[in-house]
Formats: sequence, structure tokens, C-alpha cells
Amino acid sequence: MNTTKNATVSTVEQAVELGLKKDEFQHICDIMGRTPNFTELSIYSVMWSEHCSYKNSIKWLKTLPKDGPHMLVKAGEENAGLVDIGDGLACAFKIESHNHPSALEPYQGAATGVGGINRDIFTMGARPVAQLNSLRFGKVDSDRTKWLVKGVVKGIGDYGNSFGIPIVGGEVFFDECYDQNPLVNAFSAGIMKVGDMISATASGVGNPVFIVGSSTGKDGIHGAAFASKDITEDSMDDLPSVQVGDPFQEKLLLEATLELAKTDAVVGMQDMGAAGITCSTSEMSAAGGVGMKIDLDKVPTRQKNMKDWEILLSESQERMLVVVEKGKEAIVQAIFDKWDLNCEEIGEVIEGDVLEFHMGGELVAKLSPDSLVLGGGAPIYNREYKEPAYYQEFKKFSIDSIEQPSDLKNVGQFLLEHPNVASKKWVYEQYDSMVGTVNMSTNNPTDAGIVNIKDTNKALAMCVDCNSRYVNADPEIGTSIAVSEAARNITVSGGHPSAITNCLNFGNPYNPESYWQFVGAIKGMSAACEKFKTPVTGGNVSFYNQSVIDGNEVPVFPTPTIGMLGVVEDKAHITSLNFKEKGDLIFLLGKSVEDIGSSEYLYSYHGVKESPVPYFNMQEEFELHSAVKTLIHQNWITAAHDCSDGGLFIALSEMGMAGSLGFDIVTDSEIREDAFLFGECQGRVVVTIDRDLEDEFVECIEKTNVPFILLGHVTKGKVVIDDEHYGFINEFKEKFDLALEKRLV
Amino acid sequence: MKFGVVTFPGSNCNQDMVYVLKEKLNQEVVELWHKNTSIEGCDAIVLPGGFSYGDYLRSGAIARFSPLMKEVISHAQNGGIVIGVCNGFQILCESGLLPGALLHNNNQKFICKNVWLKAESKTARLTKNLHHDKAYKIPIAHGEGRYFANENILKDLNDNDQILFRYCNEAAEVSQDCNPNGSQENIAGICNKNKNVFGMMPHPERAADISLGNTDGLSIFESLLNTITA
Repeated sequence: MNTTKNATVSTVEQAVELGLKKDEFQHICDIMGRTPNFTELSIYSVMWSEHCSYKNSIKWLKTLPKDGPHMLVKAGEENAGLVDIGDGLACAFKIESHNHPSALEPYQGAATGVGGINRDIFTMGARPVAQLNSLRFGKVDSDRTKWLVKGVVKGIGDYGNSFGIPIVGGEVFFDECYDQNPLVNAFSAGIMKVGDMISATASGVGNPVFIVGSSTGKDGIHGAAFASKDITEDSMDDLPSVQVGDPFQEKLLLEATLELAKTDAVVGMQDMGAAGITCSTSEMSAAGGVGMKIDLDKVPTRQKNMKDWEILLSESQERMLVVVEKGKEAIVQAIFDKWDLNCEEIGEVIEGDVLEFHMGGELVAKLSPDSLVLGGGAPIYNREYKEPAYYQEFKKFSIDSIEQPSDLKNVGQFLLEHPNVASKKWVYEQYDSMVGTVNMSTNNPTDAGIVNIKDTNKALAMCVDCNSRYVNADPEIGTSIAVSEAARNITVSGGHPSAITNCLNFGNPYNPESYWQFVGAIKGMSAACEKFKTPVTGGNVSFYNQSVIDGNEVPVFPTPTIGMLGVVEDKAHITSLNFKEKGDLIFLLGKSVEDIGSSEYLYSYHGVKESPVPYFNMQEEFELHSAVKTLIHQNWITAAHDCSDGGLFIALSEMGMAGSLGFDIVTDSEIREDAFLFGECQGRVVVTIDRDLEDEFVECIEKTNVPFILLGHVTKGKVVIDDEHYGFINEFKEKFDLALEKRLV
Repeated sequence: MKFGVVTFPGSNCNQDMVYVLKEKLNQEVVELWHKNTSIEGCDAIVLPGGFSYGDYLRSGAIARFSPLMKEVISHAQNGGIVIGVCNGFQILCESGLLPGALLHNNNQKFICKNVWLKAESKTARLTKNLHHDKAYKIPIAHGEGRYFANENILKDLNDNDQILFRYCNEAAEVSQDCNPNGSQENIAGICNKNKNVFGMMPHPERAADISLGNTDGLSIFESLLNTITA
């Protein structure tokens, strides 16, 4: 190669410092037929990093079900999955983690997570319509947790509120395993017309390549990886390793991009996330089987004298790479001028599997884009895995070792105020949940967020779910539960589960016990996704999530967050969870089992942290969902809510608080009262019906295979269980609403 | 009535406003780009919510220098109707079309939730036809919505019947308990002395579609339309 500037070849020591393995360095030399220079080595190091290459997970990810009748774009093909939702419309959706940046700088870490996931959606030409997020923090009372929660929530709020897409749901969970390492998973969904998708593919030799949006700065370059004496400049010390977000630029980029999408000037487009220009140029080239020649001098930069590798690796936010049809450059220029955004032609598509970067009139790097990317030359590893000892230990738990507390009212109050159960109002009121005027759950609360598709009879249903304590107890069953719970939430809200995206948060993949959790989770997810016919459309993997507890490095609970999309075919089917009328009858659908395994009740009230996953039977779960769907379609039920964290007691209380009505019920005498009320056995849904329709309803439900019992009825405000007075629902609500705020402030 | 809804860079409630005016109220609506220099013959100009110019510097502080604002100001000075919601209200205060200022909420946090409003002014067109003893459920979504003005301004606003809305409870009682952001005298919206320029922090356009389960906001737009056509 005729480079002079970077003629010095790199060394294996540099490769190791950049995070590559020794054998990977050798592999790169073999591919190139020579030793890479430092810039080229940097490019390989980011492209072959876990984050971009999925090298330790892809083998298992490929086993997930990807096919479905409504899939327009399957996992891994584009920036996000795309599902046909009927009426000529398609929905692009995806979830992504921003855990490590948020652990260092919660505000910017979370904010740029929101920015990144939304860019993945609108780079495809879809307008984002709704967001959700799934957050996990350490012990709620620690100063670090309070700092992280406040920063993350403000970061998500400030970015998302300004960007202007409503947050329609989410989850927040606290456990000491997340003390050092919080999880911040952001989900976004967007809508476009079928056939209007913009592909992240470059094609057409001679077509110009543009960079649009923000200028490129030194933010987000993996500072730690560059700690080598040979290459570090003094200024490097000041570089933030976390990117800085600008929601205003993102909003402008959104509008300009969607305006551009309406023209016929775009050949392909990809947003710049991890590894910036490097990743977008190589992935777009590899996808199109072409090359690119890029002049780094033309990239608008924030700082003077940036090095070639700094420009290449910068993760400055709010940028896109666009391949434009030759001759239509003026169209693109005019749109970005209108929105006062940068729009620079930085290169062109060339023939062959070659990526050339020039700077200062010299060729600074020349590589094969195909060798860089997942599905091309990026390495794929098989990792060892081993069942950890705790798995069998947890199964030894017996409910007989727990004495039923004499005062169950106390338990109920304890759970209502527990941060994992209590209202997340303090969090979600800081998010704009109503911008866009599509959130149908604001005034009619539902288990899944319901998003109106204006001018059609349809709506979207979406939720994020994962009880990581269950996954820890049993990765396979726990992950099947996460998928099933998501499907349950969508079904009870009146929707039909369509597809999922996943965010796989795990420990170190080189630790066989962590990897065992990962493999189990994939197997459990596959099983449940097959059962519910919800293909996996994509997502992301975040390894290396761990906390130090008592001097030991402990992985966080394995947390495969499931983001599920469902379709409500007829808005009349939307079923809210709040009690509607005093006197309505309350039924429990699904089997109750004497089980308190992994419940909040057992874990937090009794302090027993080692117990198995709760009772779960996928076939029974599936039949329950079918029955609920039938009941909703036949217009039987006035409210529906699933039993999840905190068990039946919390489910009933939530229905009561949302409707300002109480309940009077009788428990099942076959089962210990504490297990019946607070156990978290899966596959249960509470519904209410008009009391005059009891006989007909019973006749209808008897036709299904689903067990059911009449629990009692809705009251004006009093809560009564087995003739014992538990208090009034407005008192419950006051505690439930304020509990989290009290703990955080 | 012909409405012009202005889009500033960073506006994010402009499409919601257009949708309600067009689809729910059957009005003629044009979208006006902030760089335009004409209001295209509109009868009423709406400055929608959002984060114009990212709300950098101060909410609404930069938007008032947009080319179109010159035209909006002269339209207002000639008695034309101008309505600012949320960020639009902030822009109206920054540009001097309405008195007072909107400061950071007293809890220093962004707040998004349904609140109750009591319609106060019996002479302003935006509230004239509303029930003055009823509470209207309208959402707020802002970080800087604490209305602040000096005593003289407050006295004028009260004396001239310029207070459009106050935050109240479900029973339409006004008290500190139901003041979400620390606004003086629970003020949620005001108009100018001539009663042709209206500003309010709550979002009536977010409560104007039956499929979202709340249409209290429609009444506010209808009050304006009824008084105009009557």
C-alpha cells in the first residue's frame, strides 16, 4: 500500500491494548497479507469488538426463530426489524442497551442511548411513534443508586422530551446485583408505508457518499483502548469516553431525513452509532458488495487537527452516512440547508471489496469491508459453558421452610410500598408520554402501552418485560416467562403478539457459568417465541455486566429484556385494567399453584434469596392467552390485568387504584393464603365482568380448557379478603404512589 | 377560520395541533415554516409546543427572532388572533406579546400529567363559552412552566379579566395543593389586554380525540370558534 503518513506498522502489543486477542491480530495480518498500520488496526479493533461483531454470541443468536408471516425485514438484515402491520403500513422496532456509558455518566449515557435507538428507526425511513425503556439499578437506598436513577431518568427525559416521541411504558427494577452496573435498555418503534424502507446498503459505482448531521468531534472515542504510550497524545487525557447528546440536532436530523426519504435521491442510508464512520462505511459497503473511497479531510469536524483514526472512530452523535444517486446531490443539499444541518460529500462508491480512507492527500487506510463485518470476516467463537452449582441449590427450596406470617395485611402493605412493586410515577411523570397524541393508555390504563394509528381502526401494543430474578433462578424457563409475560400483557390489553426484539444483558462471556446463563436464555426464548409465533427481529447483546459485591466480581442477574410488538386489529378490543363498576364480578383465570419461588414476597419480605423459578407451563399459558382473546373479542370483560410482580394481591390492588374502587374476595382454601395472594406462579389473569352476565360468562369460559374461579366483587372502596378488612383503596393509592419518591429523595 | 400553525426547528407538537384543527374541528390549516415572511392570510396563528431551537439559552428565547415572528407580531398588533401553547406561550412572553415569564418548575423537574383547569376569563374568546364552575382535564408537559410576573402585572391581569385558566382540583377549587409547578396565583394561561393573544402551558390539543379518552380540550377550541362565528 502506498501510504506514507501511517507507514509504521502496528504491533501485537498495540492490538492487545486495543482489545484484540493475539490470534486475532495474526488473523488480521493473514487477511491483509501484511501487517496493518495503526489506523487500520484501530478499525479492526472496533469492528471486531464484541459490540460490533457479536463474535461470542452470534452462533447462538442464529438459532433464534426469525421467520414469521409478517416479517418484512429479518434480524440482522437492516438497522432494525420490520413487521407488516396491515393497511399498507410497517412497523420498525428495536431495543438497545446503553449500560456501560450510563454507569459512568448516567445523564449522557442514558440520553445518547435514547438518541441511538431512535436513529436506528428513522434511518430506515420510519417515523418513531413510541418509546419504552427498561431500567435496572442497585439497592434503592444507596447514594450511588440515587445518583444513577436521577441522572438516567433526567437523561432519558431531557433527550426524549425534546426529540418529541412519547414514552408509553417501561419497567424499573432494583436489586443489589446492579449496584455498580445499572442496565439502561431503550426501545423505539416507528411507522412507515410498506415499500418505503431505506436500506443500509451502498450501491452504484460512482454514486456520491455524504455525511449529514452534526460535526465530528473527539467524543466517544474509546479512550481506554488508546492508553498506549506510543500513540497517546497529552490531550487524550481529557477525552470523554461517553458521547454527548444533542436532542435538538436529532430532531432536525429526523425531519430532514424523513423529508429526504420522500425523494428518489437516496440509494442507502445508515446512522452512525458505535465506531462511527468506520462502521457505517464498512457495513454499507459489505451489504452492497461494493467499496468506498472516503476523503476524511471533507468531514466537518468540531476540533482542528483531528487525527485520521480519531475521525474514523469518533462516536459523535446525530450523524448519518447517505449514499446518493449521482446527479441528485442538489436535492439532498437543499433539504439539509433548510434544516440548517451539515451535509458534506465525503467520497464515492467504488468497485470491489475495498475501503479506502484518504487524508492530507495520502491514503491512510485500505481494507476489505467484508473482512470487517459480522457475516463476513469478523470472527465467530464457540464459548464453553457450564452449569453453575447454585442452579441445583436453588431448587432445594421448599415452601414448608417458610412459616406463613400471622398478619398478611402487613405483607400487602410491605409489597405495595416496595420499590419494585410501587408506582413508578416519580419516573414516568418526568417523561413526555403524550406528545404525538397517540398514547391511548394515558386515560385508559392497560398492561401494554397502546399506540393509536390515526385514521385506521388499528393500534399498536408494546411492552418491555423481564423478571431477571426468574432468569437467574433458571435461565431457560425464566426467559420463556419473560416472553410469555410480554405476550400476556399484549393479549390482556386487546392486542395480538406479533414479534419481539431483545436486549441481552449478561456477564463475561469468557466465564463459562455466565455463558451457561446466556445459552439457557436463548433456548428459553426460542421455545417461547416458537410457541407464541413471535419471531425475533433483532436487538443487541451487552456482555461484561458485573458488580463487585464483598470484594467478588459477580455478574448482574442475567437480563434478557424482551421488547414485544403487538397489533390491535380493532380499537374496540382495547381492554383497560382499571375496575369499572362497583358490583362487577372478579374472576381469576388460570391455575393457582402453591408456589412462592422467586417472588418479591419471598425474596424481600422473608429475605430468602435462593429459590427456584416460579411455576410455569407454556401450554397452559398459551391456552390462557387464547381464552382471554376469545373473551375480549366476544366483549365479555370490563377489565383485565395479569398477575405478575407481587402476585394476585398487587394485581387486584392495581386494578382498584386505577379505578378508585375496592374489592372483596375469598381466597382458594386448597392453597396457603400467602402463596395464593403473593406467590408469582405464572399464567394467571384477573378479569371483571358485569354481574348480570355471570351465567353466560361461565358457560363461555367453561368451553375453554382454562381453570377459573370467582374471586369476589368490586366494592366502592373497601378492600376485604376472606372477610378481613385490609383498608381502603385510596389509602393504598397514596402509599403506592409516593413510596418510590420517598425512597429516592 | 384559517389557521396557520408555525413550525420552528425543534417544534414537536405542530403536527398534533394541525391534526386536531383539521380533522377534529374541520378548520382550514396551513403549516407555516419559521423562515417564511408571510402568514399567508391566516386569521389565527398558532405557536405550538416543543423545544424551539432546543430551548437552548432559555425556552422560547431564540425562536422570537425567527423571520416569521415579525409577521406574527404585526398580525397580533393589528388585532389578529395568536395562540401559544406550552413552548408557544413561552415564545409569546419572550417576544413581549404577553406579559410575565415562565420559569423552571419549582420542583426543578419536567412534569407530564393530566391536570385540572378552571376557566376564569368570561370575556376572552378562548374561555368565554366554557363552564366557569367546572374543571377541565388537560395535560401539561413542561420543564419551564412556572408563571411569574410582578405585582403590577398580576393586578392588571386580574383587573382586566385576562386570566384564562388557573390550576385547580377535580371540583374546580383553586388551591396550592393543585398547583403543579409553583405558578403565581395558579396561573396556567393568560391573554393580552386586547384579548386577541392567548398563551397557555397545558395542551388542549392532547385532549381532543375521543380515541384517547379525553375531549375536554375540544371545548376550548370550540369556545374560540363559536365566539368568532357568532
